[in-house]
Amino acid sequence: MSGFLAGLCVAILPLLAAGFWLGRRTARPQSLGGLGTPVEHATFETLHTASLAAPPLRAGLTEETARKSARRLRTLLGTDALCLTDQERVLVWDGVGGHHRDEIMKRLAGPLETGRGEAFPLTCDALDCTVSWAVVAPLTVDDRVHGALVACAPRESAVLVRAAGEVARWVSVQLELADLDQSRTRLIEAEIKALRAQISPHFIFNSLAVIASFVRTDPERARELLLEFADFTRYSFRRHGDFTTLADELHAIDHYLALVRARFGDRLSVTLQIAPEVLPVTLPFLCLQPLVENAVKHGLEGKPDTCHIQITAQDAGAEALVVIEDDGAGMDPSVLRRILAGEVSPSGGIGLSNVDDRLRQVYGDDYGLVIETAVGAGMRITARLPKYQPGVH
Amino acid sequence: MNSSYAVPAVALVVVATVLVGAFGLRISRTTSDFYVASRTVGPRLNAAAISGEYLSAASFLGIAGLVLVQGPDMLWYPVGYTAGYLVLLLFVAAPLRRSGAYTLPDFAEARLASQAVRRLAGAFVVGVGWLYLLPQLQGAGLTLQVLTGAPDSLGGVIVAVVVVATVAAGGMRSITFVQAFQYWLKLTALLVPALFLILAWQGDGAPSHAFEEPATFREQRVVRVGENLALKLDRPLTVTVDGTVDGRTHTDTRLRLRSGTHHIDAGTLLTFAAGDPVPEADRRSDAGLSPSQAESRGERPLYATYGLILATFLGTMGLPHVVVRFYTSPHGVAARRTTVAVLGLIGAFYLLPPVYGALGRLYAPELTLTGDADAAVLLLPDRVIGGLGGDLLGALVAGGAFAAFLSTASGLTMAVAGVLTQDVLPSRGVRHFRLGTVIAMAVPLAASALVGGLPVADAVGLAFAVSASSFCPLLVLGIWWRRLTPPGAAAGMLVGGGSALVAVAATMAGFPGSGAMHALLAWPALWSVPLGFLTMVLVSLATPGKVPAGTAAILARFHLPEELRTEVKG
Repeated sequence: MSGFLAGLCVAILPLLAAGFWLGRRTARPQSLGGLGTPVEHATFETLHTASLAAPPLRAGLTEETARKSARRLRTLLGTDALCLTDQERVLVWDGVGGHHRDEIMKRLAGPLETGRGEAFPLTCDALDCTVSWAVVAPLTVDDRVHGALVACAPRESAVLVRAAGEVARWVSVQLELADLDQSRTRLIEAEIKALRAQISPHFIFNSLAVIASFVRTDPERARELLLEFADFTRYSFRRHGDFTTLADELHAIDHYLALVRARFGDRLSVTLQIAPEVLPVTLPFLCLQPLVENAVKHGLEGKPDTCHIQITAQDAGAEALVVIEDDGAGMDPSVLRRILAGEVSPSGGIGLSNVDDRLRQVYGDDYGLVIETAVGAGMRITARLPKYQPGVH
Repeated sequence: MNSSYAVPAVALVVVATVLVGAFGLRISRTTSDFYVASRTVGPRLNAAAISGEYLSAASFLGIAGLVLVQGPDMLWYPVGYTAGYLVLLLFVAAPLRRSGAYTLPDFAEARLASQAVRRLAGAFVVGVGWLYLLPQLQGAGLTLQVLTGAPDSLGGVIVAVVVVATVAAGGMRSITFVQAFQYWLKLTALLVPALFLILAWQGDGAPSHAFEEPATFREQRVVRVGENLALKLDRPLTVTVDGTVDGRTHTDTRLRLRSGTHHIDAGTLLTFAAGDPVPEADRRSDAGLSPSQAESRGERPLYATYGLILATFLGTMGLPHVVVRFYTSPHGVAARRTTVAVLGLIGAFYLLPPVYGALGRLYAPELTLTGDADAAVLLLPDRVIGGLGGDLLGALVAGGAFAAFLSTASGLTMAVAGVLTQDVLPSRGVRHFRLGTVIAMAVPLAASALVGGLPVADAVGLAFAVSASSFCPLLVLGIWWRRLTPPGAAAGMLVGGGSALVAVAATMAGFPGSGAMHALLAWPALWSVPLGFLTMVLVSLATPGKVPAGTAAILARFHLPEELRTEVKG
């Protein structure tokens, strides 16, 4: 019997685990009561319903998001039927009287043009149809009409007109925020694109100057360096794809370091410690090279003696851990904080803040750069790269 | 068996594993060695690592035990374990690598863009991982018990502690080298003693014995009966008994047992004379698990064999610790090459356990009585060769067995802990990974203390059945069928994998005991795999509107070689 119980436990545990997730995901604060007067209670209820309707709308006005939010909005207005439209068609009809869709769309032409709300009676042959009045409130973003919110009721009601207007304005604000989100995404995409063409011009001048200095004395070396330069620029200027593999990025870093070493000679020493398991990891293009460039700059800045840079890539379960460490001048953490917050732009080269922004954009805020530094104590930058992230390939 | 050599051998394996894991990567390189430092894992190294992770206690101990007890029918186990990679190679390896997924839940998300299916796949990864960890811990307990007489849960605890400590401390930095090292260690630990055993067998005049005939004792042997036993005799047999037979206590009495069934209590010593046939144990009356499995196979050998074949052929692709290793291959073609190399390496390894099984039937036939058939591999060197040589070879085998537990257990623990930290525990971070590791190991450890006595190879077979019924439909249809939908995948996994899981739980609990129902539940793959496929296809066809938006692009990415993809993009 104990064997039977034990077997049952073994089988049930995964189910319990699954139940735990679902429970944790679906659990939302249900009880708002117990606080304040009935009026305050009603206010809480309204705010709560509004807050539940907001998240879907933050993704813009589509059939999917309209469907998710319409039910909440109807609760908010307390009407029999509620409909959301865009410029051409009904996105969702929540509640009774769905057969009025076409009629509503015909009557909407005016309000959608002018952007002014109105209320009109509906004609209906069905005897049991309870909706006979429609209140239209347009949804506007930046003074452009995107669609309309239509609330249907059995009779004309001034309260409903007022309420529908307010809810439509609130929905419009959510849509404006969605618009803002989109433009922020576009901005970061543009930044990534801009960053690509932005290998430091100083680096190009310096590399060419170094190569020129070898042309007479050591033509073979000059040729090799020129090839390194060609490889590095080919990688940096490539057009396809926003992502690359850790192996390719490390090769680009190798070409870059060859050129830097030609310039600084023995002053720069670099060691690598790379776990072969993480080489296939996909990461945003040109994400580590700026960190190495930064390490070289800080390592050699204002120091006559040598600088050592250590590049480590470790396997850590579902993530790869990349650490770039230099023993150079370091930086005051408060200055660094301001650079990362975008308050001051770093002098020359590609900023750490840009890499940080892109990592956060691609992997989420948990995956920003971790930088440990102090004046005179060198700098250690850690980047965590998930082995798999949806959309990163 | 002399433990003075075996214990140091086991300790040496544990220490070597930890050291290779921790220091394999400590060699720093300068930029002049850049190409050495950033060389990707080649197909052969990766294949050795996959094989090292894959060859578990079931392969190392279980197969020889099964062949010893039940004869050549059991050769389907090694065939199935190997052929699973052929199916993997043909249908899954390269597209899975190209999907960019690291784990099976990743694959579900990449293909179906659904968090719900991802979570469900995660739950099944945890379930299969725990089912597979259970026999590893039990195998470790058995090994240590045979070697030193320690209580049989100690070995499992040792493996659990070593694995959790190294994995949680982040000690497995160079996991590929550790696992590849373990493969070669395991192969050596079976191959060298096997060569000596075969030489000894040749020197013995190469006696041969048909499997159909009952085994006979080659010399006088004292057998200690491990658990209560019903002995079935076809003809009368005279033995010396010290203990309880048929309810009567004897002390060193020569007893003539008539033909028929005799009940012998645990702890009884039976002394058989040379040339006596080994009586057949009839354990139908027991609550033990190994015998009931064997019985049902005896009743319906054809059904059981096909169930086994389907489970092992299709289950390999869903083993969580095997799937994550394919991520290490740099691209799809390398993943295919790796799989071919795995077929070679595993095929070579699986030639050895049947040799031990066959020799065990000749030289240690009493193991069928004591219920310790899984220990055949460990006992044979001492039994056949003896002396110092036997002790040393026995120590080598014991070390190899521990390598088997450690490598498979650490791979599984990492896979399960990864899913737990990513999808179950609240937030990500190193501390949560440690917590995940502890949970991943604690549950099967507790279960092994509770369930007990499940024969190693059978338990692994059950894990394969669950994997084949849930992940095989998901992977095969996900890669080859563009009309798969998230609700279809979820329903298929739940129905196929869930029913296999229920069958497994019922079997482990010893529920129906015998009969047709028992055979159905003990070898569920034959009905649960088609059920999973059918549900997935039907529900997908019923929800055509739910086909994820980018399916065509995703499938193109799965199937186009990488170089071509770059050109298309450019």
